[in-house]
Amino acid sequence: MKWKAERERKAYLALADGTVFHGVAFGAKKNALGEVVFNTGMCGYQEILTDPSYAGQFVTLTPAEVGNYGINSDDIESRALFLSGLVIGDLTAPSNWRSEKCLDDYLKENGVPGIYGVDTRALTLHLREHGNQKAFLYVGERGMGNGEREAIAKAREWEGLDGQDYAAKVTCEKRYDFLATKDTKNTKEEDDLCELCDLCGKKEKPYVVCYDFGVKTNILRSLASWANVTVVPAKTTAEEVLAMKPDGVFLSNGPADPAAVTYAIENIQKLLGLRSFSTGLTRFTGLSGGAPQTPNPVNPVNPVKSKSIPIMGICLGHQLLALACGAKTARLKFGHHGCNHPVKNLATGHVEITSQNHNFAVLPESVPDCLEVTHINLNDNSIEGVRHKTLPAFSVQYHPESCPGPHDSKYLFDEFKKLIFATKNTKDTKAGNDLL
Amino acid sequence: MKRTDLRKILIIGSGPIVIGQGCEFDYSGVQAVKALKSLGYEVVLVNSNPATVMTDPDRADRTYVEPLTADYLHEVIRRERPDAILPTLGGQTALNLAMELEKRGVLKRYRVELIGAKAEAIERAEDRNLFKEAMRDIGLDMPRSGSAHSLAEAEAIAKTIGSWPLIVRPGFTLGGTGGGIAHDAEEFARIVSGGLDASLNHEVLVEESLIGWKEYEMEVMRDKAGNAVIVCSIENMDPMGVHTGDSITVAPILTLTDREYQAMRDDSIKVLEKIGIETGGSNVQWAVNPKDGRRIIIEMNPRVSRSSALASKATGFPIAKIAAFLAVGFTLDEITNDITGKTLACFEPSLDYVVVKIPRFAFEKFHGASTTLGTQMKSVGEVMAIGRTFKQAYLKAVRSLEAPLKYHDAESYDPWFKRELDEIEEFRKFLASQKDVLTGFTRLTGLEENTNPVNPVNPVLQNEQAYLLLLQAKVFGFSDKEIATAIGSDEITVRNTRLALGIRPEFGEVDTCAGEFEAVTPYYYSYYGYGTTETAGTTGTTVYGDSSRTSRMSQMSRSSKSSSRHKIMVLGGGPNRIGQGIEFDWCCCHAAFSLRKRGYEVVMVNSNPETVSTDYDTSDKLYFEPLTFEDVMEIYDREKCDGVIVQYGGQTPLNLAEKLEKAGAKIVGTSPKDIALAEDRDFFRALVAEIGMKQPASGIAHSIEDARRIAKEIGYPVLVRPSFVLGGRGMAIVYRESELDSYVSEAVAASEGKPILIDKFLEHAIELDVDAVSDGETTMIGAILEHIEAAGCHSGDAAAITPPVSLSDKTLAEVKRYTEIFAERLHVVGLMNLQLAVKDGEIWMIEVNPRASRTVPFVSKATGIPLADLGALAMVGEKLKTGLTGFTGLQFADLNPVNLVNPVKNKKYYCVKEAVFPYVKFPGAKIVLSPEMKSTGEVMAIDPDRFGAYCKSQIACGSPLPKSGNVFLSVRDEDKPQVAELAAKLKDLGFGIYATLGTSTYLWERGIESRAAFRISRGRPNVIDLIREGEIQWVVNTSESDGEASGDSVKMRSSAVASGIPVTTTLAGFAAAVAGLAEEGSESSVYSLQEYHHDGME
Repeated sequence: MKWKAERERKAYLALADGTVFHGVAFGAKKNALGEVVFNTGMCGYQEILTDPSYAGQFVTLTPAEVGNYGINSDDIESRALFLSGLVIGDLTAPSNWRSEKCLDDYLKENGVPGIYGVDTRALTLHLREHGNQKAFLYVGERGMGNGEREAIAKAREWEGLDGQDYAAKVTCEKRYDFLATKDTKNTKEEDDLCELCDLCGKKEKPYVVCYDFGVKTNILRSLASWANVTVVPAKTTAEEVLAMKPDGVFLSNGPADPAAVTYAIENIQKLLGLRSFSTGLTRFTGLSGGAPQTPNPVNPVNPVKSKSIPIMGICLGHQLLALACGAKTARLKFGHHGCNHPVKNLATGHVEITSQNHNFAVLPESVPDCLEVTHINLNDNSIEGVRHKTLPAFSVQYHPESCPGPHDSKYLFDEFKKLIFATKNTKDTKAGNDLL
Repeated sequence: MKRTDLRKILIIGSGPIVIGQGCEFDYSGVQAVKALKSLGYEVVLVNSNPATVMTDPDRADRTYVEPLTADYLHEVIRRERPDAILPTLGGQTALNLAMELEKRGVLKRYRVELIGAKAEAIERAEDRNLFKEAMRDIGLDMPRSGSAHSLAEAEAIAKTIGSWPLIVRPGFTLGGTGGGIAHDAEEFARIVSGGLDASLNHEVLVEESLIGWKEYEMEVMRDKAGNAVIVCSIENMDPMGVHTGDSITVAPILTLTDREYQAMRDDSIKVLEKIGIETGGSNVQWAVNPKDGRRIIIEMNPRVSRSSALASKATGFPIAKIAAFLAVGFTLDEITNDITGKTLACFEPSLDYVVVKIPRFAFEKFHGASTTLGTQMKSVGEVMAIGRTFKQAYLKAVRSLEAPLKYHDAESYDPWFKRELDEIEEFRKFLASQKDVLTGFTRLTGLEENTNPVNPVNPVLQNEQAYLLLLQAKVFGFSDKEIATAIGSDEITVRNTRLALGIRPEFGEVDTCAGEFEAVTPYYYSYYGYGTTETAGTTGTTVYGDSSRTSRMSQMSRSSKSSSRHKIMVLGGGPNRIGQGIEFDWCCCHAAFSLRKRGYEVVMVNSNPETVSTDYDTSDKLYFEPLTFEDVMEIYDREKCDGVIVQYGGQTPLNLAEKLEKAGAKIVGTSPKDIALAEDRDFFRALVAEIGMKQPASGIAHSIEDARRIAKEIGYPVLVRPSFVLGGRGMAIVYRESELDSYVSEAVAASEGKPILIDKFLEHAIELDVDAVSDGETTMIGAILEHIEAAGCHSGDAAAITPPVSLSDKTLAEVKRYTEIFAERLHVVGLMNLQLAVKDGEIWMIEVNPRASRTVPFVSKATGIPLADLGALAMVGEKLKTGLTGFTGLQFADLNPVNLVNPVKNKKYYCVKEAVFPYVKFPGAKIVLSPEMKSTGEVMAIDPDRFGAYCKSQIACGSPLPKSGNVFLSVRDEDKPQVAELAAKLKDLGFGIYATLGTSTYLWERGIESRAAFRISRGRPNVIDLIREGEIQWVVNTSESDGEASGDSVKMRSSAVASGIPVTTTLAGFAAAVAGLAEEGSESSVYSLQEYHHDGME
């Protein structure tokens, strides 16, 4: 009986620091390991569940009621659920005209465990004070053999996310073309935006190759509204990408530690023309972040041979671009996860309310001369966007594709489009860059 | 950046509290005044409502308590020459006035700029057609509609719309007759045919009905740089068709997916852009079809609204303050978020709790009015509650109401909310089914007799199942009282059991960011969780929410930081209702202001989101909680307060006093025992007799025979009321036995067999209200108010003037003496209010209330001495003799309650208080002043001339006396002699007289020419016809009780109110009005309070 389970509260989430949060099990009956993070967005749990960036994590949702509008088949952001588990306060039954099933069933079908009835505020404050934690989620009917102590030990033993390449775990197996069907179109405004741009329509659609480090579908929808898009696995080499003759390359969002995705950093350097394609690679002095670095990132190694392709990055893609240019990344105490972060566009002075989901960030003091900071977070002044001063490349830490979150930053996809057209038309990358 | 081209800014308040425009605009006005002053602007304020904090003379630089009309504002502008007007913080009243000033060319003439919203933007938002056009321009959906000239055309339109019901509105009809809502084809055909006939141009508009759709609101803030944020999203539990002010609402929105929410967000921001709201806050309302999600724009308010106040309290985001900053040039990213102290105001608050608002109604006051909720707002107040789940918040809100939740049709709620409510019901039943387990448990722990429940009895629980059940019931959201009801126990037993087990609430913070950042503003709510256990020893584990741990550590460990300062708790008044409104909140705020000034730490508890007391910077700590014994005591314990003030929040906290004291709380000021004694009939009678004062004869009747006998002994007329009622509910004056019989049969039913109190009614006596303050040694009178209406109408409804105008020095001296004696005998420390009657030079005692009264703010504005401040300081032990000072340096010793004199010019001035009634919202209700209070608010008028002050008060309360035209007289026989005199004066002033046949004959006999009209029930043309034809400008009607005339009175007064014609229902009021009109020759003067009190009147 529901009420009995609700007061007995046999399930628990044990943190590596020895703190234990009890609650009621739901979703898949499967214990799990992961890192606990909290997200303060007030709706959008379905998008969060299907966001591959949460791979390896237990997501704590701070809103009081979760499940209220059910689950539908449209609001999904990837092919599967990659997170380790869901931690919520009150689990409620759905009421919405688009709802097809309840959250509990959805998690069960997808093999993801959940725990509800948790004092998510206490957990959030704990994480705020002590930082994100490794944890073990126990969802069994009875107590575990050695109980909480064993769970805490398991959480401590787990290798965690630092230094881990999770992009390789969530990326697609092989390349595919993403087709903008009517169903996958984002919103009507997206189309309006496209019609408004006089650069569009006169020419044939540009071709964008998107690196999938854990890409969200709405990024692809946003690109596909004006481009032909091919999605490639994370480990696709720069040579393979160039062979596809793209007009632009997109670096997607993704999970875990950017510095661990060394192959991607190298590929980006090649695409930027910062690294030679010859077998004899430039030797880099390794940094603590483990990222390879160019000796002189401002001047391309081989400017004649490798022309730079317009590049846009989001989230993990942003961190990778920055790393490729010589910046460093580090873990934030508890990351940014939510839909209400104010980000200031330093060029226009306009403030965007943004969707955020990252634990790592580019260190301000590490930003090399070749990069210009374009956006900052007004809450903590952390870096939210950069662009290359001479090459047609820019990236943002937050999520202009939203889903979930406000649409204030959708214009960035338009910027990417303009950058591609400008680069195509002028061959002069500098002119293209000025458009940003 | 701050605009430096502005120096002086005028803020318009919202005037008296009426239904639909409550004290939320005092809250917003106070924030705005504070914000602008902090930026160095000179602030001029106009508001006619004395019970507001914003009109305290130490807030704005110049405070005009003048009628809110374009004429008076024009005069203020002429005197003050402000650079700008901020009209968006005073509700619809301020917005309309700003538009009128604009249209009259006043703004242009004096070069006054409208800031916050430009005239064009206001016009675009307010004008139905312009708004529709603008919304169509940006592609927003609107109700499908079409106009038809024949039934066939109409049917074709109906087919296109494709859903029932349909709204049919005939074009060009007189008085909007002939339309309706059609639920099927047959009804449609009937209504359309009728509508086509009624329409002068043979046209009907057929429109899709949105009744039953989901209703949502978004609170948007936008700055001049185009940055926009959604401060709060609100979902209505009641669907479209019920006014949002009458709906139960919930924040945040719960039943929209992110995709739907964000689309609504985008469009809400677009609406502000299109309408042209460059700076400030607006409220955008949406309807969503629950079947397919089709979304329609309903309206937008280009100003701070009732929902904005709710949104501010729900999120901690100070909308009005930020709106004021934005209006003078700041952008959102230039303003710091007060709550975190670090982050900026340019963000969207994230809520990790649920907020529920429930309206409070007062239908019991308006017999005969319909209780069905519709598009006309009817609620008089509201409560808000915060919980960690919807159920917790809802149950808290229900118990905050202090009234059974009715008039709501749960069937119509959105399915999600309906299901949650069903679950509450289901769990309640489950709890009752577990009665044996729970009661067995309370017996087992032996707690019924336990005198020290805070000490755990036995850490080893004998019955874990019962323990878990109790814990679960608390987490579910039930109060101790509700649990007790379910299991057949009592509140104290459940409470003691709970305390023994260490089941205590936890406290969450309203921090705008769901815990992401540390909050510096202490704004709290309570919730029950499954607790925290800390295991000592090697691991040092902390375990949250394990219900099975027996050694629970109570949340008291997280209790607030102790400080060396003395801590005083102030209990607010809960939801506004008739008889307990903003006046009491004003007192609570002043307790907080004055005590904080003296270094006390003030903890405020209240559940009313419209108030200034629930502003997070009014007190040191704010608890948004129900005012029940259980909730208050938990806070008292957690905060370890040194005392609690219960005499300022009206009846609500007074009702808790005894229980709180028993549980160990220290009540500061007059003791609950003495407060109770003042209400004890026998004790009080004996006391009055001992002091040697007169009091009306009285008796208690337990049956109709008793009542007849007592009434005969005392002699008619008598004042009758059921015992144990609040705010004069069910009180009436009875003139003869037949009336008594019908009253008793009604009253007995109303008071559930409780006895009826019968008092001799003093006819034609002058009633006085005396407000005084005492420190236990010295007692000083703040003011004596002389009622303009004769005794018998509720003091809250009566017009009153101070200083008194018709009392002899001897009487005044006696009043003073009696006040001192009663303060001494009742051991009053704090405020006290006496109600006295004076008849033939003799003083009669009616009642004494040793607590704050409704008139305290009015008195404080009149004299410049804030009585509530003095009372609060007296309660914590300060002495009046030590020279406590008033608002702006006035010494208490300067106060002369019987003579208000401007110190510079040595010129007398008078203050009149007049009540404002909500009759227009309750068609069919009886319009009569009686011992039962019915007014929702009040206005103050101040003028060097006493009749001028009265006339101003009539203008301020919205029913200005006509300067010319026809007066209709229908009066009681007893009143006829005096009416004849007054009628003669009116003739001299050039008025025409209409009268009922009887009155008219009487007047003719005395040589006063008048035209006769039929009584409504006798024939035509009757007064209603005359009103309709615009023939009558003023109705004077003093007849009431007897059958036929009474029915006529209701109809006559209703139709006058509906037509906006002033109605005078008492002879005294009529006399004052005539005197005022006669004096009109002397022009009324406009001065600020500061000028009256000390600067001097030029």
